[in-house]
Amino acid sequence: MPELARAAWSRRLLLALLLAPALLWLSLLIVLPHLDLALLSFRERIAPRQFVPSLAQYRTFFTEPLYWHVFLRTALMSAGATALTLLVAFPIAWTIAKLARGRMSALLFVVCLIPFWVSETVRTLGWMILLRESGVLPQLLVHLGITAQPVELLYHDATILVGLVYTSLLFMVVPLVGSLESLDNALIEAAYDLGAKGGAILREIVIPHAAPGITAGCIVVFMLTLGNYLTPTLLGGKNSLWFTEQIYNQFITRFNWEQGAAFGFLLLALSTAMVWFGLKASGQRFSDVMRRT
Amino acid sequence: MTSSFDLRRGRLRCARLALCAALAGLLGLPAHADDSKTLRIITWADYVPAELISKFKQETGIQVQVTLSNNEEIISKLRATGGAGFDLAQPSQDRIVGAQQEFRIYRPFDLSKVKMEQFVPGLLDTIRKNATLDGKLYGLPYVWGTEGLVYNSKKTSIADYRDLCRPELRGRSAVRLKRPTLMAFALALGTNPFALYNDTKAYTALMEKVGQTLIACKPNFRFFYDNKDQLLNGMRSGEVYAAMMWDSGGWALNRENPDIKFINPRSGAVAWMDTFAMPARGRNEAGVYAWINFVMRPENAAKVGKSIGNFTAAKGADELMDPRLRQQFNETFPEGLKNIKWYPAIPPGLEEIEGGVMDRVKAAN
Amino acid sequence: MSATASASSAPADLEARAVSKRFGAHLAVDNLSFAVARGSFFSILGPSGCGKTTLLRMIAGFIQPDGGSIAIGGRDMAGVGPNRRPVNMVFQQLALFPMMSVSENVAFGLARRGMARAERVRKAEAMLERVGLAGAGGKRTDELSGGQRQRVAIARSMVLEPTLLLLDEPLGALDLKLREHMKLELKQLQASFGTTFVYITHDQSEALVLSDHVGVMNHGHFEQLGTPQQLYYAPATPFVAGFVGNNNRVAGKALALEGALVQVGTAAGWSVRARAHGTIAVGSAVEAFIRPESAMLGRSAADFPPGQLAYTGEVLSLLFDGANSVVLLRELQSGQELRIALPQTGAYADLKVGDRIHFGFDPERAICFPAAAAHA
Repeated sequence: MPELARAAWSRRLLLALLLAPALLWLSLLIVLPHLDLALLSFRERIAPRQFVPSLAQYRTFFTEPLYWHVFLRTALMSAGATALTLLVAFPIAWTIAKLARGRMSALLFVVCLIPFWVSETVRTLGWMILLRESGVLPQLLVHLGITAQPVELLYHDATILVGLVYTSLLFMVVPLVGSLESLDNALIEAAYDLGAKGGAILREIVIPHAAPGITAGCIVVFMLTLGNYLTPTLLGGKNSLWFTEQIYNQFITRFNWEQGAAFGFLLLALSTAMVWFGLKASGQRFSDVMRRT
Repeated sequence: MTSSFDLRRGRLRCARLALCAALAGLLGLPAHADDSKTLRIITWADYVPAELISKFKQETGIQVQVTLSNNEEIISKLRATGGAGFDLAQPSQDRIVGAQQEFRIYRPFDLSKVKMEQFVPGLLDTIRKNATLDGKLYGLPYVWGTEGLVYNSKKTSIADYRDLCRPELRGRSAVRLKRPTLMAFALALGTNPFALYNDTKAYTALMEKVGQTLIACKPNFRFFYDNKDQLLNGMRSGEVYAAMMWDSGGWALNRENPDIKFINPRSGAVAWMDTFAMPARGRNEAGVYAWINFVMRPENAAKVGKSIGNFTAAKGADELMDPRLRQQFNETFPEGLKNIKWYPAIPPGLEEIEGGVMDRVKAAN
Repeated sequence: MSATASASSAPADLEARAVSKRFGAHLAVDNLSFAVARGSFFSILGPSGCGKTTLLRMIAGFIQPDGGSIAIGGRDMAGVGPNRRPVNMVFQQLALFPMMSVSENVAFGLARRGMARAERVRKAEAMLERVGLAGAGGKRTDELSGGQRQRVAIARSMVLEPTLLLLDEPLGALDLKLREHMKLELKQLQASFGTTFVYITHDQSEALVLSDHVGVMNHGHFEQLGTPQQLYYAPATPFVAGFVGNNNRVAGKALALEGALVQVGTAAGWSVRARAHGTIAVGSAVEAFIRPESAMLGRSAADFPPGQLAYTGEVLSLLFDGANSVVLLRELQSGQELRIALPQTGAYADLKVGDRIHFGFDPERAICFPAAAAHA
């Protein structure tokens, strides 16, 4: 009996040890800083090194049109980028999951992975070299006679979107492939056999089956896009207006940690709200979706 | 007891050891090298030439480690650590006192340990005025320069900051969305912003006016550049015709292409001075003094000046520098330093006003 | 080889003419022709890999034949997609749509035809009632038992009133008891709908029980096409004799011909007589087949009719299975092993392993093929 008790005890200890790194990581690097930020966001500087509890930071957000304008813009652009990513990723995922065999599907995965072989900075700078007025693509357009003069392809919202989609593609493809692979081909054949055409099969069979994967991909991509800093700022140039940039500005160039913390929490609230809304709208449960990511 | 249970116990022991090691690491049990043998400097690009690092190591045995940064980041990083992580910082002279009042990130210099005779007296006077707090000096001059206008004479010709907003320069000019640009445009609007530093209300009004001007001008700006290279590339490729620019960059472009001119604007170039400042919790104070006394020797300072493309605060160094640079300086400033505006120290709070203005400029369409 | 599955005058609902399909070097379906009469239950029976699934998928339209033509209801199906064929299929794993209710599953095809919602629901409900699932329409498919799911799959197809219903081993996933039950149910459903069923299976008992006609398929062609009785009592090839029902296979040489009978001698020196199928020359290699139930047991040699050879065997094991019980014997002189059915009278209930017993069979009920004729 003591032998058994000891075995149970050491099993529990082993479990604790296995989870320890994750728990330490979570508490030291995620929970504690967030608590600190939460405290920061609810105070106001009244004199050098003197602070009082206050809602001023949040009030500023709502009274300064600029901030919520950028906030809203970031949310809408992120939603748009997510939808675009889904549109682009779906055929790729379908090809990997259902059409390509062996090497081919591995190759396609690698194609989606290539953007991540270089750092985001290098990748984005590459885009800038490609798209700037004196860059490769505008020159090519002139060369082909499509435009009379080199056009500036940088610093447009469309450029930001393209960059974001490119960066997010893999995070949409992976959960989609997972959920499409688990779709029994016989279901598609059965639907076809019962008289359905491509559109109806997609609507009635494929999308309902892949819904957890779609939701998972959308959540991940939306969060990544919302929190992206480099791509919108570099590709968007003087018009980027991304909310993370506002947070960076508050923290780094304004030394206004209180405002930055408040902005950070508003962004957190936004992504939480969007995730909740996405789950509600697609009728998914959080646990199901998370298993797909 | 079965053998598999033995195995599990063995694994358990390993795990326990690993956990102890990890905890020891997390608690930061000291394992780093001797503090007196390293000097950690946070500074701007080109400010610490590699040549001087190895020379300093030979003389003193101290290894210099350089971290590249800018004014805002220097303050932010030191604020985050309460002044730890670096032994020496090189902020601009106007950014020391305000940051010190607000965040207590620096400590004063013990001037008895500095060879003061190596510095140009006029620049020392300027910094004494701007970097003294409670009777103690927090900064020593290192390098100085100006920010004026650069333009491609093949494409256009400009004389003052607001010329960047002329209709024919639509999409062809550039500035940084940083406070020097606000100061320059305020000067161009005919008001000296530095005179209003202590009048928050008037200063706010002035900044609002500058903001309006920049918003109206925004279609002209191809981009707001974040680093020197971005603008240099824009000027070289011909995408940008005219811009606000540091003198060193302007002169470098002029050396490559004589059509590109760097000029002192009619409203006056703004002059900056970067400094030595000691973070509050640096670990090698002796090394800091050794480095300052070393690097301000004329022959060493001349190397710094060459590396940056600006003149240093070291007495006798200018004479050792490239005559071409002196010639360019004289071309840009035929009247010498007469029409140049030095930044005074920024009182706390002004940056918030300026920040709001810049946010609105950024957001405007 | 060409054959018609029915001698009756009913028009053919399915007619295959010289259909072939090749996958790389593998000829899956080899120049196959057959017809299935309207309203009949037709099975394609064969071991896995014989090409029966390929054939079924060609009929459904999922794959195109390399050669030949398929006509359904008298209409040529070349270039007609599965969604436009008057054919529906019950899949091996049923392929019910898990994202839909039972009723939505049944109404799926109707919706694709653009039928109004109310009408669809009514028809689906009526069909569910017909397969004995009245009131189950609102359930999720995973709330049903295996047999109920089977019926939903059939209902989902039958509601579209297809000319032909294809069934791809639908009983394979069920447990034995349920499988036996569903066999009966399938047969009854087919009879009540009157729709032509084409059923593929590797289970000869399913094929025999269910079908009006069976095509025994091997290596891409039909070995024999006929009624279950014909296959069982008059196999056309050694493959059919071995595959359909249980059989004792005896390989040897033709020692002598005695009218319609051949005397077969095995290498070990056992000698039996069997009815000859086809032309057999003395001295040629042959295969004889003796059904377990055609052999008789006897306590003494006198128990057998005069003129019939009687042998002595030793009981190796007893395989008791109620009505299907058999005894495994070894013939004493040659060591030849044979399975012989135990009479249902219980007359040999006292038999034990190691006992010696006499056995014999009517040579007319044993059949002998030329060995070389395996792939005629």
